[in-house]
Amino acid sequence: MPINFVLFLGALLFCCGLYVVATKKNAIMVLIGIELMLNAANINLVTFSAFDPGELQGQVFSLFIITVAAAEAAIGLALLVKVYQYFKSSDLTDISDLKG
Amino acid sequence: MNLSLIIFYVLGAMVGLSAIFVALTKNVIYAAFALILCFLCLSGVYVFLGAEFIAIVQILVYVGGILVLLLFGVMLTNRLKGQDLLTATRSKFFGFLLAGALFLVLVKGIISANFVDAEWMQQEVSMKVGLKGFGLNLMTEYVLAFELIGLLLLVALIGSVYIAGKGKEAVDAD
Repeated sequence: MPINFVLFLGALLFCCGLYVVATKKNAIMVLIGIELMLNAANINLVTFSAFDPGELQGQVFSLFIITVAAAEAAIGLALLVKVYQYFKSSDLTDISDLKG
Repeated sequence: MNLSLIIFYVLGAMVGLSAIFVALTKNVIYAAFALILCFLCLSGVYVFLGAEFIAIVQILVYVGGILVLLLFGVMLTNRLKGQDLLTATRSKFFGFLLAGALFLVLVKGIISANFVDAEWMQQEVSMKVGLKGFGLNLMTEYVLAFELIGLLLLVALIGSVYIAGKGKEAVDAD
């Protein structure tokens, strides 16, 4: 498989995720951007793992990344639901004060 | 150019296009569904890279778990009736500048690294190792990390249930 194409794909995914995290105000969009960036890292690991003689370390590592991403999404959304109940908004610029 | 290579390129192009759509759309629901398309096509790309187990886990965890969770988050955090859920943006220009500059740097780095001519590129072996080797590897050499990640998932599960499960009164009292 053409390695450069997959690496460009990973770079594109990471930059899309970075753009989403940097510019969107909705907290759920920011979580979506973080998922995109984690997947960009996974693409690179799986790609290089295809050329790893016999060990498949990259695939094992990407499995752990997927698990951590799942934990992060669960905790992030639980926090978001609580924050929404308090501030009545999921817009990150409205959530600006600590201790109410 | 054989058929599998064409399918591979089509899947890759769909991953890229849906990621760009996620970045450009204002509608949060559209972004979540474009992300589902992106991750499904990405699991196809993983199959072509010889990582069948990662592809299945990608579908199970991302499409079946995280994205359903994201859609539930959308439903729980926005009270809208009959109108689209739009997200506001800020400093679009600088965000685009940042992402575009990083993309150019990465592309330049990948081109100048010139992986195609590297010596280890000539051996594509993971097809031979396969699913059995991956499982053996996971349960022998990486078994400590495997158990730790299970513990992390358990802690995250209990933590998120504890955080989200408290009633509204408890939040106000805190």
